[in-house]
Amino acid sequence: MYRYDDFDHGMVAARVDEFREQVERRLSGALTEDQFKPLRLMNGLYLQLHAYMYRIAVPYGTMSARQLRKLAHIARTYDRGYGHFTTRQNIQFNWIELKNAPDIMAELASVEMHSIQTSGNCIRNTTSDQYAGAAADEMTDPRPWAELLRQWSTFHPEFSYLPRKFKVAVIASAEDRAAMRLHDIGVEIVRNEAGELGFKVFVGGGMGRTPMVAPLIREFLPAANFISYLEACLRVYNRYGRRDNMFKARIKILVHEIGAAEYARQVEEEWAHVKTLGLDPPAEEFERIAVQFAPPPLDPEAPDELDLGDPDFRVWVDQNIVAHKAKGHAIVTISLKPIGGIPGDCSADQMDLIADLAERYSHDELRVTHAQNLVLPHVAKRDLYTIWQALDAAGLATPNLDLISDIIACPGLDYCALANARSIPVAQKIAERFSSLERQRDVGELKLKISGCINACGHHHAGHIGILGVDKKGEENYQLSFGGSGAEDASVAKIIGPGFSEDGVVDAVEKAVETYQALRDPGERFLDTYRRVGLQPFKEAIYG
Amino acid sequence: MRILTGNDLVTGQVTWWTGEGWSLHVDEATDVADKADAILAVEQAARRVNGAYAIDATREGGHVRPDHIKDRIRAIGPTVRPDLALAPADPADRDWVI
Ligand code: SF4
Repeated sequence: MYRYDDFDHGMVAARVDEFREQVERRLSGALTEDQFKPLRLMNGLYLQLHAYMYRIAVPYGTMSARQLRKLAHIARTYDRGYGHFTTRQNIQFNWIELKNAPDIMAELASVEMHSIQTSGNCIRNTTSDQYAGAAADEMTDPRPWAELLRQWSTFHPEFSYLPRKFKVAVIASAEDRAAMRLHDIGVEIVRNEAGELGFKVFVGGGMGRTPMVAPLIREFLPAANFISYLEACLRVYNRYGRRDNMFKARIKILVHEIGAAEYARQVEEEWAHVKTLGLDPPAEEFERIAVQFAPPPLDPEAPDELDLGDPDFRVWVDQNIVAHKAKGHAIVTISLKPIGGIPGDCSADQMDLIADLAERYSHDELRVTHAQNLVLPHVAKRDLYTIWQALDAAGLATPNLDLISDIIACPGLDYCALANARSIPVAQKIAERFSSLERQRDVGELKLKISGCINACGHHHAGHIGILGVDKKGEENYQLSFGGSGAEDASVAKIIGPGFSEDGVVDAVEKAVETYQALRDPGERFLDTYRRVGLQPFKEAIYG
Repeated sequence: MRILTGNDLVTGQVTWWTGEGWSLHVDEATDVADKADAILAVEQAARRVNGAYAIDATREGGHVRPDHIKDRIRAIGPTVRPDLALAPADPADRDWVI
């Protein structure tokens, strides 16, 4: 894992002091809320429905046990005993007092974390594959590149006031587990025919009001030019992005309006200049970062065999464990989606337990997934049964990865000031309707995603089934859409028809699933069947 | 009726204007009629409340019920965490949220 150097420490410590002073000035009345609001937002502090909400960055979703323990401590000391993991691989605390925010920031700095640039029109936390460094199918670990981006983009003077927020994802495998093409910039690490490492660069994806899958802007970017090329991409956006209209200010609108080819041409033109400025770090600097992501010392003799005699353990292994690149090892997904629970919520006690397990059994590493689960990336198979028992006792062994109850849901109207409708109760009711594991497993992979407003933090556009909460004359109403995907076959879901009440949408989802089960060919997922047969049979079943 | 709500500047807690100060309990909210702007200007400047605004509400029996669901949820807390909600004397009172 990357460790802060003196420069990182100094930078974050200076920000803590600055923020402490700003909060004091607000509390004393020297700053009005209008003056203070942009300052607190730059540090991830929002005012939500019930209190201040504090959003903390988990860079590319990677954390150590010590860091998770610190989050548990913050949950206990400054919040109400829990946190909420988000689709941005971050964590949010919902009950923060303004006077405590600088102390929390100082606590975070002590474990090399912060909340800087988790809000505002700047480059946000770079996201990545939660299985990075462990996945059997990856070409290289994408995180050193994501870390390079973090260093380049943090306090970047030219990109601190972009037309709108800006999100980058980096992956290094053909299977996309990070919704890469639904980001402002998506980077896929590839090799060219000569075997050289480089990047496919996609620009102009995103969800929100105008969902778009990012088009390919450059087929192959040599690795040495990563930073200068991205600088050129941002410069063109910063120059021409629609600052006149907040709803058209994301880069996807610019790329869409002028066309991907023209945008790419302008980037190349800008890059021809930028590349002469010496922005690309020397190879040694990248190496300095990369060595910190060296694979952990895994036991080469770790046995591959597993005793699957316990049937509950067997189901969990089947569902929540994926192949590790090293023999005798596995990647464990810890579901934060117990049936009837709140997707992504994790109590302080659960955090402490998971931190202990990571320290003892996963080489001190943890990941946050964009689907709001946690991952132990480097586990010897011989330890799986012990881990499962510990998780099970803490309500953390729900075997539902990628099943219909593994629902992404944003905080919605239960917490969020921008929401039109509640998301969490809908997720709970759907999970309860499909609580039979046998039924869920028969349905197979089905990604269901719920947002409480058009901002789409719950990725509903990318759901095989997506649900969007809207306000219909003061009542909560839910629009249903089908056919989205955040994976390598990325697509935007389409609205199927008029909306539903809370209970109505649960019934409609059930009818959609039954229709799929009746129509599916062997091996087809819900998404495959929907793509093959189209909307009509689903519509008939749902609307009659 | 027209009532005022906001968040406590220091703690962020949801508060309601009682005519004399700010209470955590929506039932203590008072009708400000057309005085909302004047009260808000004074109270925000004095930092006794933050992000405050006026909303429509209805008095029903002893209760004040904000007309919009968003403010009803603000009044008692997240519907999915009743353990964190403000506990009304009669648990059935919570039914008015949704
Ligand atoms: S999608 Fe809307 S309701 Fe949900 S968290 Fe984002 S802004 Fe809030």
